[in-house]
Order: sequence, then C-alpha cells, then structure tokens
Amino acid sequence: MDAIQTDALSRRYGNLTAVADVTLTVARGEVFGVLGPNGAGKTTMVRLLNGVLAPSAGSCRVLGLDPARQGSGLRRRTGVLTESPALYERMTARENLRFFGTMYGMPAGKLAARADAMLEAFGLAERADAKVGGFSKGMKQRLALARALLHEPEVLFLDEPTAALDPEAARRVTELIMEFTRQAGRTVFLCTHYLPEAQRLCDRVAVLNRGRLIATGTLAELARTLWHGTWVDVECLVASAPDLLEAVRVVAGVTDARLDEPDGTRLAVQVEGEERIPAVVRAIVERGGQVVRVNAREHTLEDVYFELQGEPAHAQPAVASETSGRGGRR
Amino acid sequence: MNWRAVGALARKDLWEVRMNKVAWIPAAIVPMVIVVLLPLAFILAPNLFAPSTGTPDPNANVQTLTNLVPSSMVTELHGLNDAQRWVVFSTGFVSAPMLLLLPLMFSSIAGADSFVGERERKTLEALLYTPATDSELFLGKVIASVVPALLLTWMSFVVYAVVVNAAGWNIMQRVWFPTAAWWPLMIWVAPAIATLGMAAAVLISSRVSTFMEAYQLTGTLVVIVLALVVAQATGVLSLSVGVTLLVGAALWAVDAVLVWLGVRLFSRGAVKALA
Repeated sequence: MDAIQTDALSRRYGNLTAVADVTLTVARGEVFGVLGPNGAGKTTMVRLLNGVLAPSAGSCRVLGLDPARQGSGLRRRTGVLTESPALYERMTARENLRFFGTMYGMPAGKLAARADAMLEAFGLAERADAKVGGFSKGMKQRLALARALLHEPEVLFLDEPTAALDPEAARRVTELIMEFTRQAGRTVFLCTHYLPEAQRLCDRVAVLNRGRLIATGTLAELARTLWHGTWVDVECLVASAPDLLEAVRVVAGVTDARLDEPDGTRLAVQVEGEERIPAVVRAIVERGGQVVRVNAREHTLEDVYFELQGEPAHAQPAVASETSGRGGRR
Repeated sequence: MNWRAVGALARKDLWEVRMNKVAWIPAAIVPMVIVVLLPLAFILAPNLFAPSTGTPDPNANVQTLTNLVPSSMVTELHGLNDAQRWVVFSTGFVSAPMLLLLPLMFSSIAGADSFVGERERKTLEALLYTPATDSELFLGKVIASVVPALLLTWMSFVVYAVVVNAAGWNIMQRVWFPTAAWWPLMIWVAPAIATLGMAAAVLISSRVSTFMEAYQLTGTLVVIVLALVVAQATGVLSLSVGVTLLVGAALWAVDAVLVWLGVRLFSRGAVKALA
C-alpha cells in the first residue's frame, strides 16, 4: 500500500485555486520532494494531506485514511515541521515537547523519557530548561523537528524546513532529517524550493506550478524527458584544426557540437549516450587536438526544475533553448 | 473526547495568560476596586461625612434612593433604620450587577489571549497538526477562559461578602449578606456572563489580528453590565430572584447562539488565519 495517494486533489480559496487536479502516489519509506515557487500549492498540499483543510474536489488517502474524515486518527501517525517553528516561546524546550507529546496522546511515562532522548539527540539537552524565546532560529527549528518526530510518526511532512535558516543551521537540520528518516525507513513528504536540499534528500520529486503538478519522477527520469542525450565538455591543450567542429559533428551519435572557445581549446558536444564519447575524443585527436579533460555533464535538479518551470537554467543556456518545450511534461 | 489533550491545552493557555501581564494586571486591580473599595465607600462614607451627632442623617437622598427598591425587596428593608437601609440598598442591591463585570472581564481577557494570542504568536498551525479535533481545541480554550473566570468571580464574591458584613457590622449587627437574589446571580447568571465574554472573544478574534485589538473590543461588553447597574440603580430593572433567573435564561440563550457561531468561526478562523 502506498503511504500517500491523491486523486485529482483540488483546493480553492474563493476564486484562487491553490491546488488543482493533483494526482500522485508516494511509496512507503520513500523520501518524496514537492518543488515549486512560493504560492505553488505546497503548503496547501500538506494541510490537505493532514486533514487541516478539506479538499474542494478530488480525494486523498494517507496511510489508508481519508484525512478529511479521519484527520484525528491520521495525525497521530504523521508529524509536520513547518517553515515557522510554531513553538511556545515562553515555555522551555522540555515543556514544549511534553505539551505536544500530550496533545499527540503519548503516555506520560514514555513521553518524559522520549522528550529527554530527543533533546539529547538534537543537541538541545543543555538548553532543555531554557525558554525557547532565547533560542537561535536553528535551535528552534531543531526543536520543532524533534517535536515532529517525538511521537514516532510513520509519515513526516516537512514544509520548507530550512527556508528561514542560515546555511550552517540549514545543513545541521538537513543532516538531522537524513539521520532520523533514513534510519527509521520513514516516509517523508518534503516541500521545498531549496533545490540542493531536495536533490540531496529525495528519491523522487514532483514539481508544482500554480497548484498544478507539472512533472513527477526521479531526477534521471525527469532529465530524460527534458533532454535527449548528454552534453560533454572537452578541453584541449592547444588550438585544434579549423575544421574540428565539422569533424566532431559527423561522428555517429553526435547530435550537436559547439565551440566554447573560438580557438577550439574548449568545446561542448552533445551525444546520444556516454558510449559515444570515445569516438568523439578520437575525432578530436585525429585533428591534432591534445585532449586533457573530458567531462560528461550531469543534470542537477536545479536544471530540471528551471526547465520545467519554463525558465532556462543558467548552467545550460544552449540546452535549454534547444529543448524548450520537449518532453510532454505538462 | 480526548480529555487529557483538552486539559493539557487548558493548562497551557492558563499558563500563557498568567505570563501576559497586560491581561492579568487589570484582572487583579478591578476586583480590588469592586469587592473591597466600593463596598467600603458605600458603607463608611455616610459615617465619615455625617453630621457630628455620629448618626447618618436620614436625609431625603437616601429616602429617594431606597424608594426605588422593588416590592420584592421591601420586605428585606422592613424594620430597618435609614442607615441599615442604605447599607442593604447600596451594597446588597445596587452593587449586585457590578460583580457581573468580573466574570465578563476575566473570561473575555483570557479568551482574547487564548484565541487571538495563539494566532498572533504563530503557534496555531502546530496545534492544528496535532490529533486534537476542532471541538477539543475549542473546549480546551473555553475551559481556560470560563473556569478561571468563574473561580475568580466566586472568590471575589466571598471576599465581597466578608467585606460587606464586616464593614457594616456596627450598623447591621448581624450577618445579613448575601441576600436571596445573590445566589442565582452567582450560580446562574455569572456563568452565563463568563460564557458570553468568552464567546464574544472568539467572535471578535475572527475579525482582529492582535490580542490588544481583541482586548479593547471585548472591553466594550462592559456596556451591557453597566446598563444593568444603571437599570437596577434607577429602578428600571430589579434583580430579584425571579428576574435574575429570567435574565440568566436570556443570557444562556444568547450564549448558545454565540457558542454555536464561535465553534464554526473557530474552525474557519483557524484555517483563514493559515491561508
């Protein structure tokens, strides 16, 4: 059984459609990323999947439960970390965990021990009895993550968990997320627009734009639908023959080639597959090129994301303009 | 109903109100004025400002005021001298609606902090992601608003009774307070007023974004109680046992409507605040 299923899930606020006809599945134990700009509908998805909001149309099930009708039972089995830590700042870290543990129905005896263990694990034990109002943003977010994991949820929803943090604090929170989700085999539904974080954490991603799902899959799957072939950067020691580019273009399996330096010391070649690279190198060498470096480009999630959002990625201007509109992603 | 969660939320809210000085300082000062200073002023002032004979002058003003008492109270004043009639009239009759300010004030302040404060402090969303249902969240906050308001009101009532009987002892020579009409006022009307204050705070909280705004708006409810004070003092309304029961019934009916609206607005308001 999938951990999360949505079927044409939609949510409107008056005339504004926050989520429109989203159909997706998330397998148990999967780390699933939902990417999109602000206002794409990510947070609304989290609220719908936890029964905080009811859908305007369509349906969803989380752990086999209908969030709109069985929200209370479902929320015992899910944990949510929002962008804002939403902690009681006049209470101590320990009091916060104990209060929320009680709200989650944890037995008092187990709760006390579990809260202490979480404070220890999240590096907050020394400040356990300090008021949260005096904590740094990173500490607050770590405490909020501890709260989200306190009752050992089967599904963890992370809504922009590091958006408000400095890089160091964000990295620490990301490490904790990896540590506490991978080990336990938890299902994670990560909403973010911080793409390196998503690439580091997620098995699969969905890309939302204005409430609509525009693509879903692994990074490799998404890249394959967007770009045919692989771009290879070749660097030579000295200038190559003037007809180098024509010689490369006629190599079997080469779909495009261009000079990055006019003297031919740097060129970019698009091949159908990496098995074509040796033939390209051979052609360059035969024209007097002294190859010192060959690098097959790997598409990052950032490349994929901006391509899907209709904005050429900075790192891939030629590819983006050439392949814009390909791939049946909408 | 998960009573453990309801209790935890109520305790947390009460703790937060205690931490909010803007909320509890007026809640500590006003009862002092109403239950201590006011009855002392009513009872002792005529003696302090009376002619040197030491006996309050049975002047026309007292006569005029005591003439306003309803027929139901005439028996209570029967056989009393003017000084005793003044004590019973001022502290047992005119002041009665004043004590109703207390449950109204306590519950509306606690309600404003509980409902608006949660949103203002951006903690509402975390609460909504817990397994607690809307009803449990609402009930927890109602308990945090109404129960302490009632306890504080009843404690104030006890203090008021002690002050009135002690300060008036030389004049009355007996424990005469509370009179019959005070019991339904405290047991029947005060809870209704406390619920009214809480419900008003919930309704107002759906329209404002800060505790201070809610605090100021709920303050306008005092007009209702002041109207009762004026009506009672001028003889337009008499809070006899029967009338008190009727006033209470009317307030409970209003409460029922407001609470029904409040539950709906709490759910919608919560979501609206997040949208």
